[in-house]
Amino acid sequence: MVDQTPAVSLKDMRVKKRRKTILGPIDLDLAATGFTIVLGPNGAGKTTLLKVLHGVERISSGTVKWSLPVNDAQLEQAYVFQRPIMLRRTVRQNLAYPLELLGLAKSEITTKVEQWADRVGLRDLLEQPAPRLSGGEKQKVALARALIRTPSVLFLDEPCANLDGRSVRDIEAVLQSVSAQGTRIVMTTHDLGQARRLASDVVFLSQGQLHEQGPAPQIFVDPKQPKTLAFFQGEIVE
Amino acid sequence: MNDIWAGLLAAFQLVVTLDADLVEITLRSLQVSVTALVIASALALPFGTWLAIRRFRFRRATIATLNALMGLPPVVVGLIVYLLLSRSGPFGVLGLLFTPTAMIIAQVIIITPLIASITHQAMRELWAEYHDLLISLNTTNRQRVMTLIWDGRRALLTGALAGFGRAIGEVGAIMIVGGNIDHATRVLTTAIALETGKGDFALALGLGFVLIALALVVNFAIHTLSRTERHSTW
Repeated sequence: MVDQTPAVSLKDMRVKKRRKTILGPIDLDLAATGFTIVLGPNGAGKTTLLKVLHGVERISSGTVKWSLPVNDAQLEQAYVFQRPIMLRRTVRQNLAYPLELLGLAKSEITTKVEQWADRVGLRDLLEQPAPRLSGGEKQKVALARALIRTPSVLFLDEPCANLDGRSVRDIEAVLQSVSAQGTRIVMTTHDLGQARRLASDVVFLSQGQLHEQGPAPQIFVDPKQPKTLAFFQGEIVE
Repeated sequence: MNDIWAGLLAAFQLVVTLDADLVEITLRSLQVSVTALVIASALALPFGTWLAIRRFRFRRATIATLNALMGLPPVVVGLIVYLLLSRSGPFGVLGLLFTPTAMIIAQVIIITPLIASITHQAMRELWAEYHDLLISLNTTNRQRVMTLIWDGRRALLTGALAGFGRAIGEVGAIMIVGGNIDHATRVLTTAIALETGKGDFALALGLGFVLIALALVVNFAIHTLSRTERHSTW
């Protein structure tokens, strides 16, 4: 049963860059639980929307309201970037970093790091320098580092772009597992197959506008907007 | 030419026999320059890093000023420190003029902008790399500075060693504020200048070799660190 209480509400939200509106106006409610996939062509504003939700992109007008106070909401969130950012440290130190910021005890940090390393299959790489890992391994480190603080909301910006099939499968398995445990996930992707496998609901953006939003089974079977249908049919959509 | 060979031979003897004066002067040089380096690094590393991550109104002007200060003429620094510490100056009551402390103050003023500027350059690149992650993790400014300093420590060490190189080879400012007093404020560079003036090339060359050896050690350390960076991706 999906909790329909909105965790975040966007009202008439716009983002402008150099006096040009690149996103919005958007009205959007996201429930406190679920797995939202944000779909759309390149330049649709998917990453900007994710950054607005995460609070790292300034809005030009409108409102973004979380059910929690802003500071608490930010602490409850984590973000995984398309190109994983690795600290110039070992995998172990990368995973420990968010917990060190929270001031957790060393023993607790060690336990959590090893648990998450096992969970994403990085146990053998813990002492390796993170910047030297492969793309798939780096993305697993980034995912585990994001999840190690057990966030309520996880944002992922095309986390599987340019990854091999095995890495994609491993990452999807982790995402499905944490989603089942109640972590709210909002993810952008270009991969329609991945969207069908993971999404509980879909947001479709094009040219900075929200064209369609709804439960995944309904949108994938019977999209209401011609642009959404065209995108699903593999046509070039601007 | 014979003078040079005789000087080289005498210098070799001084170094091999660990001449007491030579050892004393060398140790004082190290004491003054290392102390200045530690103080300058404590100021410049956080400041250069802070400058890389913060955006404020006069940031560009601050960076331009910092870069300009790298070329501070040491003699002018020496003169200003002399005036500040002289008996009629605002800090004359402290009685620091013609002491190693005055020399340390002058060296700190000379090398702090150099280390801060190198730190800023190195940290700017690292901040561009880490920016999104550290913002996303909701880190405080202090946490950002500490993270960048720790992860960029090799580049910062190189900057600190460059500062040390400048400090240990400096002569103009410390001659003015230290006075080159025997057994009190005489260091390698001021002693070389004095002995050359007196015509005692043996001691001057001996001191020069020690200075070159220290510079080589510093450069070797920088080279080793650079090589470490090449072999590692961090």
